[in-house]
Amino acid sequence: MLKSLHKRHSELAKSKRQVEILSNGIFQSGDLPKFKDKIAESNQFPLKANKLEILQINVGYMCNQVCAHCHVDAGPDRKEIMTKETMLQCLDVIKKTEAHTLDLTGGAPEMNPNFRWFVEEASKAGIKDFIVRSNLTIIRANKKYHDLPEFFKKHNVHVVSSMPHWTKGKTDKQRGNGVFDKSIQALKDLNAIGYGLPGSDLRLDLVYNPSGAFLPGNQMALEKDFKKALLDDFNIQFHNLFAITNLPISRFLDYLIASENYEDYMYSLVEAFNPEAVKNVMCTNTISVSWDGYLYDCDFNQMLNLPVKSKAKHISEYNSELLEGRSIVISQHCYGCTAGAGSSCQGSVT
Amino acid sequence: MQKTYYDPADLRKFGKISDWNEELGSKFFEYYNSVFKEGSLTEREKSLIALAVAHTIQCPYCIDAYTGDGLQRGITKEEMMEALHVAGAIRGGASLVHGVQMMNKVNKLDL
Repeated sequence: MLKSLHKRHSELAKSKRQVEILSNGIFQSGDLPKFKDKIAESNQFPLKANKLEILQINVGYMCNQVCAHCHVDAGPDRKEIMTKETMLQCLDVIKKTEAHTLDLTGGAPEMNPNFRWFVEEASKAGIKDFIVRSNLTIIRANKKYHDLPEFFKKHNVHVVSSMPHWTKGKTDKQRGNGVFDKSIQALKDLNAIGYGLPGSDLRLDLVYNPSGAFLPGNQMALEKDFKKALLDDFNIQFHNLFAITNLPISRFLDYLIASENYEDYMYSLVEAFNPEAVKNVMCTNTISVSWDGYLYDCDFNQMLNLPVKSKAKHISEYNSELLEGRSIVISQHCYGCTAGAGSSCQGSVT
Repeated sequence: MQKTYYDPADLRKFGKISDWNEELGSKFFEYYNSVFKEGSLTEREKSLIALAVAHTIQCPYCIDAYTGDGLQRGITKEEMMEALHVAGAIRGGASLVHGVQMMNKVNKLDL
């Protein structure tokens, strides 16, 4: 199994080093414009936060998988786990927020020992769309997780799961040996209780990340191909596919540099820059909460340790008036969310 | 002075051909973009045809572009290689089918 950058003591395990790489080289020499200057061309700088719609909470970086592209650098060796105390602080905000979506992520969020309690409590708040980002294999990883589909159903959880391709080779290359077979089994388990079936209220969406140094194709076309292949080959159904661009941070940045694809990839992102996508980037309607309760404009900024520009910096200090209208913290990784049809945790944005 | 005929970075400058003749360049790119839109054939099918043609005409820029395009569309390496064998079969067949001409000539001249 691949090891996390932290486990490898890689210099890229340090967020500061990643930000340096993204700020120097082709961006410092002027070969490519900095993101700030690019969005200024269409009078979109500074990027400002609107009303909160999505509260995304990262309950820990521990994961049973070590995916080659992971922007969290998650893995079994990561010990950063949200405590019950921080979860209680999050619940205070969840109960009073006007956000329509609560989005739990990780790592594998299910590995947090207080995950089930947190879901039970959070579901009482009656938020319209309650997402758990499940990597699927966790459902089959250990007997204690086998009942997760039933647990999700009980709490009307919207399951969003990663699936980079409908073939075993491409999936296992990105996510590890054996991941494809376990994911297929987990999808069958979810389908068996009604998740992902046409007309079902039990939402099951898949996330597609390219398995290499290229951008995602058209989301609708990919969804069509995924649906056909998964149905024909495995009798599996799901609702929607979210095509997400890999952002050049953490393990994907490490891969880009090691494979000498970094500069070409950055050129691809900049050339595909779409000013229309800037209007709908997720940081304008999202707050990302880290395992230790700090607030970020998005999950990527969390990993780069770029906190919100606001007096309210921690979930315990959450204040919608202070956070709304804040200037979004940007760097060159933001090109990943504005390329082509745009990219967010909910897929394309245009 | 450039030391090689092909530079991968030049692919990114393809659009610049319009700089020296905007009217024809614009018409070409409008046509080009229309060709690759979904019609009776899907964009995916057109991408595989383009990849096969790219190898037939041995255009390094096109091979680069349509390999990347195929990956973006989720086309597998097995599908790409099958498309290339179609190109290879037609190229090989085009040589071999001329063998009939050779055979005709031999049959006419030989005792």
